[in-house]
Amino acid sequence: MEVQGYIFAFLIGGAICVVGQLLMDLTPLTPAHILVLFVVGGAILSGLGLYQPLVNIAGAGATIPLPGFGHSLVTGTIEDINKMGFVGIFSGALRATASGVMAAVVFGFLAAVIFNPKG
Amino acid sequence: MENQKKQYQQKYEEKYKKYKPSPPLIKNALWAFFVGGIICIIGQFVQNIFIEQGMTIKEAGGPTAVVMVFISAFLTGIGVYDEIGQRAGAGSIVPITGFANSIVAPAMEFKREGYVFGIGAKMFVIAGPVLVYGMVTAFIIGLIYWLRI
Amino acid sequence: MKNQGQSLFFNSQPQITSTANIVGPFEGIGQLTGYFDYIMKDSLEGHTSWEKCESYMLEWSIRKAIDKASYQLSDIDFVMAGDLLNQLTSTHFAVRNLNIPFLGLYGACSTLVEGMLLASALIDGRFASNMIAAVSSHHDTAERQYRFPTEQGVQRPPISQWTVTGAGALLISANNSNSSKPKVVAGTVGKIVDMGIKDTNAMGPAMAPAAADTLIAHFSNLNIQPRYYDMIYTGDLGKVGKLLLIELLKESGYNLSTNYEDCGCMIYTNDQDTHSGASGCASSAVVFSGYIYQQLMQKNLRRVLLVGTGSLHSPTSYQQKESIPSIAHAVAIEA
Repeated sequence: MEVQGYIFAFLIGGAICVVGQLLMDLTPLTPAHILVLFVVGGAILSGLGLYQPLVNIAGAGATIPLPGFGHSLVTGTIEDINKMGFVGIFSGALRATASGVMAAVVFGFLAAVIFNPKG
Repeated sequence: MENQKKQYQQKYEEKYKKYKPSPPLIKNALWAFFVGGIICIIGQFVQNIFIEQGMTIKEAGGPTAVVMVFISAFLTGIGVYDEIGQRAGAGSIVPITGFANSIVAPAMEFKREGYVFGIGAKMFVIAGPVLVYGMVTAFIIGLIYWLRI
Repeated sequence: MKNQGQSLFFNSQPQITSTANIVGPFEGIGQLTGYFDYIMKDSLEGHTSWEKCESYMLEWSIRKAIDKASYQLSDIDFVMAGDLLNQLTSTHFAVRNLNIPFLGLYGACSTLVEGMLLASALIDGRFASNMIAAVSSHHDTAERQYRFPTEQGVQRPPISQWTVTGAGALLISANNSNSSKPKVVAGTVGKIVDMGIKDTNAMGPAMAPAAADTLIAHFSNLNIQPRYYDMIYTGDLGKVGKLLLIELLKESGYNLSTNYEDCGCMIYTNDQDTHSGASGCASSAVVFSGYIYQQLMQKNLRRVLLVGTGSLHSPTSYQQKESIPSIAHAVAIEA
């Protein structure tokens, strides 16, 4: 069961990255556009209820790529709406993704303080 | 006049496309697949460790993200992540480690312009748009969901 | 001096008295090892920022060129220099320490030839007797201004070119009839040409039509064919731009296939994986001030046409989806 989980994480995670690669190679989109597109895409799929099934199969293969970030934003929002009503629209997204964003900012700051770019 | 110029430009564009080297599609896709897949396996491994500690899958998501972001920040700091990216392309851009790299790289790069306008402001050059559009999309979807219940 | 349309003839034939260049370690292990005065050990050379390092390279090359001719800084009438950064950052901080009258030039990667033309014109008009034309570029300063932070894990497309880390300086003087130095005899000032290319990775293809326009004007104003020159060099069209230029000139009835090379294809080896070759102000500068100048001194080449090519876009114009205006200037040198 455990090995199977890793295989699905590898296959689905890899496949999501291939979609990004094809977009980069075949369209004029830059990496910044790809990141935005994938987060928004993940959020929309999640809103339509299509992303959770992928997470159920692939685990980290679906949550580690950026569409998973969009998925967390939306699931968090919906959870908070269910709990608190309208005000949940403003609290759920960041609550659900707080760890990732916080870590990126703090480690980003620390890395910038400690290291210098090598060029 | 304007039309003639357009025609010249179109003719030149065709010439340019004839000589333009196209990216090695299959090679790039394979690299992206393997590197992206391996990053997800590492993510799965980290997540499983947290689950073994007694967390639910949902609870494990946050700490897993923290670990992955840490790894990415470290590899960016020592100058390795951009070398991976040169080969792996989207394979190292699309995972959350790529998101972290897009925060760490400008923060490091602009340290020489100071802690406020350099590190602080430039950190979000690429990650900023990701957060903006991610949050706005989540807001719209949340609004629709709220209107329907 | 007289002119024929956009082409200039320097009757007094100013001479290139000395040249100097300096490059980064990556350029140092390329095809032209042995043609550089100094190869830096890293991209900072002990400085605290890449911009400071670029200034250092430019100042070093100017001082070295003056030194090689056994002149003093005070012998120089004017310096004409430029680089790729906003407000000519590297140049201004380099020239700050020299205490020589200075004119800043911006022609992107065509700046060296622009400087050579203007310096020759001032000397020919007897406004000056010793002039410096110098330029610099630095891979990392250019990347962070025009593209992504250097540690960002992005993939460079195959059409992209690698900005040269380096600087080159030429000391151009009034003709001393006893000397055997190479002489600047003519030149052609280019027009801005824009063929609608918007991809800033494709600077070589964007500049090729400008180079073609200038070359055709040069050949027709001087009433010569390309074979008049032993070699014609463009600055940084790269592998793809080079092929496009050959085809554009063929359509106009000029054959470039035998005596033409691009400086951007001469710096790095294929193993260095720079994709479509070199670019940057220093591309033409380090190749001309090293390899080509030595060939002229040894009379292996007697007539050379150097065509500086520049993409005149900015990070702002690119984000506003403008195409790339390009320019090329030509200067003819005879030994």
